Amino acid sequence: MLAIQILIDGFAISTLYALGALGFTLIFGVSGVLNLAHGGLMVIAAMIAWYLDTSLGFGPYVGALAGVAVCLVAALVTYGGIVRPIENSRAVPAHERELFVLTATLLWGVMIQESLSYAFTNSPITVQPLIAGTVSILGVRTPINEIFIAAVAWAVMGALWLLVNRTQVGRRLLAASINPRALTLLGFELDRIYLFVWVIYGLLAGIAGVLLGSFLGSGSDYVPGLTGSAFTIVVLGGLGSVSGTLIAAYIVGYIETVTAYLVSPSLREVPALILLVVVIYMRPQGLLGRR
Amino acid sequence: MSTIPKSRLAALAVFLIVLALFPLGANGYILGVLTTAFYFAVFAMSWDLLFGYAGEVNFGPTFLIGLGAYGAGMSNALLGLPVPLAIVVGALAAVAGGVALAIPALRLSGPYLGLITLVSVLLLQQAIVIFAGVTGGEIGLSVPDVLSISSAANYEYALAFMLVSGLILFLISRSSLGMILQAAGQDQVAAAALGFNATRHKILAFAVSALFSGLAGAFLVFYLGTASVSAVVDISIGVRVIIAAVLGGRRTIIGGAIGSVFLIVAGELLRPIGQLSTFVVALIALVVIVLFPDGLLGLLPHRRGA
Repeated sequence: MLAIQILIDGFAISTLYALGALGFTLIFGVSGVLNLAHGGLMVIAAMIAWYLDTSLGFGPYVGALAGVAVCLVAALVTYGGIVRPIENSRAVPAHERELFVLTATLLWGVMIQESLSYAFTNSPITVQPLIAGTVSILGVRTPINEIFIAAVAWAVMGALWLLVNRTQVGRRLLAASINPRALTLLGFELDRIYLFVWVIYGLLAGIAGVLLGSFLGSGSDYVPGLTGSAFTIVVLGGLGSVSGTLIAAYIVGYIETVTAYLVSPSLREVPALILLVVVIYMRPQGLLGRR
Repeated sequence: MSTIPKSRLAALAVFLIVLALFPLGANGYILGVLTTAFYFAVFAMSWDLLFGYAGEVNFGPTFLIGLGAYGAGMSNALLGLPVPLAIVVGALAAVAGGVALAIPALRLSGPYLGLITLVSVLLLQQAIVIFAGVTGGEIGLSVPDVLSISSAANYEYALAFMLVSGLILFLISRSSLGMILQAAGQDQVAAAALGFNATRHKILAFAVSALFSGLAGAFLVFYLGTASVSAVVDISIGVRVIIAAVLGGRRTIIGGAIGSVFLIVAGELLRPIGQLSTFVVALIALVVIVLFPDGLLGLLPHRRGA
């Protein structure tokens, strides 16, 4: 009984982790940017969805759509207002660019967190489930919303796969991640490709943020934790590797769920962190990293 | 190595004398704010040695600071060691932690090391909570002894500590060690080809940075009278250390001190706007990083071209 419960809950959590981390690894793979405001963007989506639904009474669907839309805008601001100016800045030496982007996005994340906590207080909220009711799976009462979340997440990931592997623009993304200079020589605008990646990233982070908010809850205090878990998953799986990210998301999701159920909810993050340290020491490129 | 003009040296001397005489005129509140800022300055200067010179992305300065603070606090509160001895124990704990971080740093770079250092802070934080029986857990550990109960004395201790640490770190950064670290940070292979043992220098850099971080953390505990996660370990403290160093101007050592004083004083001045003060501080830092990557010191005319 408990085993099935862990299996189901772990699956839903892992799927959401995968969706959230996928966008994170995508922008790293294509443009080499690690966005440490990631958690902030996910929480923006959930808070907007919650506010429009609960406080303004627009209903869960409008709320969810608005949340994703605002998250998309915030992602584009991150790119246009912070990442791009630093990458184009002559005052920042090339070998320090990475650290400047890391520090700047970290600060941006702090700003998002503080403004959310100012606007909506820092008490945790729960986004209304998009579908109510429960269903019994092998004797375990499971909210339909949990199944819905996993289904939506997998549908989005499937769509992303089709986009990257079966369309022209997706091939350009792949090319940009492999050899950006050659792509420029062939006459493609790298800037437009990067912009496109950030649009996809904004949508992914928004969807993941809203869904996570309806499952685990959300709030401004969740910002650092969400950034941390995405970073952990992506490094564990291998930076820039999509399949590695998926595998790592399930490993981390299940380890956390098992710890929360069998040991103590307050220790849920610890085993995954220790695993991460061990993996980085033994295999710095992560499980499926290419480096 | 550039020589500092005499006029600047004189201005610096006058400035330091004014700083040292501050307690005569200022009230206890201002002294308290500056005391904290001075310890913070040492955090930021130690961080700058690792990042600015060795090019190591250390996202976990509070791992080293926390080890120093808790090492000192616990040996005083639990073992009853006198304050000076407890501070030595804290510094040794931090150096051990620094060497432990140096080992992955030899193999990893950039984001990977950043993540390891970040995780080290999270694990330290969890360890403190798990072993709440000896560490005081989330409430914090109060120490029986303090440096002094006089705010003027505390101020002078902190000022002297900051000046000595800053001078040593500055001299190290201008010595051959600083040069070799810079060379290895930019191109390890080239530095090794010139015959420099980058491994040894990096471990040394981590140890020195950890030593001063740990000492400052230990002093801070005996100034505050308590060691707590929110004061010396939390990620947000580490973020502030990094902001201070980058804000003041990285690869300058002194920049860390200027940035810290600026940050702490700005935080106090912004206290009336309450919750939004962190937002404003982060915004200022972000604007500086995006528009003036060389920080406040970089705004000065004719700085040495580093």
